[in-house]
Amino acid sequence: MPQHASVGRGSITVDHLPPDLTRELYRHMRTARDLDTEAVALQRQGVFPAYVSVRGQEAAQVGSAAALDPARDFVFPTYREMAAAQAYGVDMVGYMATHRALWHGGLYDVAASRFGAVNAVVGGPVPHAVGWAVGERLRGDDGVALAYFGDGASSEGDVHEAMNFAGVYGAPVVFFCQNNQWALSVPNERQVAGGSIAARAEGYGMPGVLVDGNDAGAVHHATAEAVAHARRGEGPTLIEALTYRVEPHSTSDDAGRYRDDSEAERWRRRDPVALLREALTAAGHADEAALAEIDGQALEEARRIRDGVSTAHEPDGSELFTHVFREHTEELTRQRRTWKEEVEL
Amino acid sequence: MTELIEHTADTATGPVVELSMQQALNRALRTLLSENGDTLVFGEDVGTLGGVFRVTDGLQKEFGADRVFDTPLAESAIMGMSVGLAMNGWRPVPELQFDGFAYPAVDQIVNQVARMNYRTRGAMPMPVTLRLPSFGGIQAPEHHGESLEALFAHTPGLKVAVPSDPGEAYRLLLQAVRCDDPVVFMEPKARYWDKRPVELAEPTEPVGTSRVVRRGSHGTLIAWGAMVHRCLQVAELAAEDGVELEVLDLRWLTPLDTEGLAASVRRTKRAVVVHEAPLTAGLGAEIATRVTDACFGDLAAPVQRVTGFDVPYPAGPLEPQYLPTIDRVLLAVQRTLEY
Repeated sequence: MPQHASVGRGSITVDHLPPDLTRELYRHMRTARDLDTEAVALQRQGVFPAYVSVRGQEAAQVGSAAALDPARDFVFPTYREMAAAQAYGVDMVGYMATHRALWHGGLYDVAASRFGAVNAVVGGPVPHAVGWAVGERLRGDDGVALAYFGDGASSEGDVHEAMNFAGVYGAPVVFFCQNNQWALSVPNERQVAGGSIAARAEGYGMPGVLVDGNDAGAVHHATAEAVAHARRGEGPTLIEALTYRVEPHSTSDDAGRYRDDSEAERWRRRDPVALLREALTAAGHADEAALAEIDGQALEEARRIRDGVSTAHEPDGSELFTHVFREHTEELTRQRRTWKEEVEL
Repeated sequence: MTELIEHTADTATGPVVELSMQQALNRALRTLLSENGDTLVFGEDVGTLGGVFRVTDGLQKEFGADRVFDTPLAESAIMGMSVGLAMNGWRPVPELQFDGFAYPAVDQIVNQVARMNYRTRGAMPMPVTLRLPSFGGIQAPEHHGESLEALFAHTPGLKVAVPSDPGEAYRLLLQAVRCDDPVVFMEPKARYWDKRPVELAEPTEPVGTSRVVRRGSHGTLIAWGAMVHRCLQVAELAAEDGVELEVLDLRWLTPLDTEGLAASVRRTKRAVVVHEAPLTAGLGAEIATRVTDACFGDLAAPVQRVTGFDVPYPAGPLEPQYLPTIDRVLLAVQRTLEY
């Protein structure tokens, strides 16, 4: 059963965490929030064909990603992990390129970032994390894989298979479920039999942790424990971070067709960025002037990323062919010639 | 005059031993595991048991349970794990036990393995070789006799290899695993126990080349896997009636050796494609189109196809009636001669 629950309080505390860490969490969450706002605007302006907002999930993403070591761990995202990428140190202009539809996986260096390519198959990357983690143990290294997935993906067979494999092999994986309560238009009660994703961990022989996904400090603490557990060779952990998708599924979606906005409004009032800001003040980790300075830097960074992705070059047409194979085939060379003669006029 | 091509004779650089295809594949895996410490072999029952066809027999004992290991029974996770291992620098050689059980893993094979190098713009190569016991002819239960090559050949980013005899199996598997691209390696179950002298030598021809296994001048039979043997039987019989057929073993279905196909058919002016998979949208259609495009002016007859029927793969007693028979291939040859 879930080891602890801290869901739904009107305020959070960061007293138990180092001040420099909590300020960093806040900086990343604030940056992600501002970038999210810019991204929605870019979609409205026609720069992005579509966008998937992470608004309301910043604590779940930043709190977890910041508990990893980008020099030795590896993150396996799906497609709504912008705030995690921001906290993990990914080149965000390259990351946001996926939303401008410049390249499906994004334009950041996946190998150097140690952050997988944006992946639209929910659940698909979860077994990748297990393979990566098994490979890490085989080599005798101590890196940990963290796989992000959602409440919708928790229904996918791949997620079950991956957790079973990780349990059997004792692989160093953190299965991080952001339960934002809506899989596009389907709510938890029609998605999750038994009512708890974290509780499923017991069946795989691993710890299952339910954590308040809007409490950055709690998420960080739970993830850091799971990472340490895995690094010590004690195997995988499943974390369910309960949060809420306050925006529609994407900018193409109309949430009014399936849910009452008053529910979303209640969660907007539990805004994780505001909660952390208040907690920082309460804990004495930052005064208003320091917070205002971080806010200014975050906004500046978000705008830098916005401008970068807006003006990024479109890939050349020849790149259609470049990365299909490592060892080129005559057939693709011929088709590339056809493209040059018949398409690139 | 016909001539049997001795494809091992002219480049003999290794010892020649009599091996079945299943033993030759085992030798190839031993070579691969020995030469590269990053190579891993895993799948259902491949460890302690040595695989249901014994292709991995003794490998766990020789190379340890870290590098040759059993997985839980879940095809999608086997392929998904392969992606993660490759992302961490390993060279995975997973086995899915039977053709029909590759279907649960199609998402990982098509959406992930085949695209990861593309999606990451070359940052994450996928040197994954999926070993897939394939095709029919052994009166096995349902889902144990399928031909999935058209699906994989239609998937950008995958290469597809099919050996037809033990020597080819040895060399093609070496090539497939050493290749930095993902390869679906389809092993014809019906030929696993076929014993031949095998030269344990390095492959000399590049990926994507076909081979002529019998020379002839009146028509070309084009096949892969167990159907190569079937076509050789046909050519023997036809020769008794004075019809000299060339038999071309495609070996690689991706990349397809269009040049090799065209070179043969330009000479013989007639072509019959033989495969076990159903007719409609089968690889035979692609081959017929390519041959026709390349050799239209030289063709004496339309390219013929002899294939399985558009029905689910049948049970035991019906299997010989489903698979291309010698007579059906001979009839197709006759149609091209009488056109």
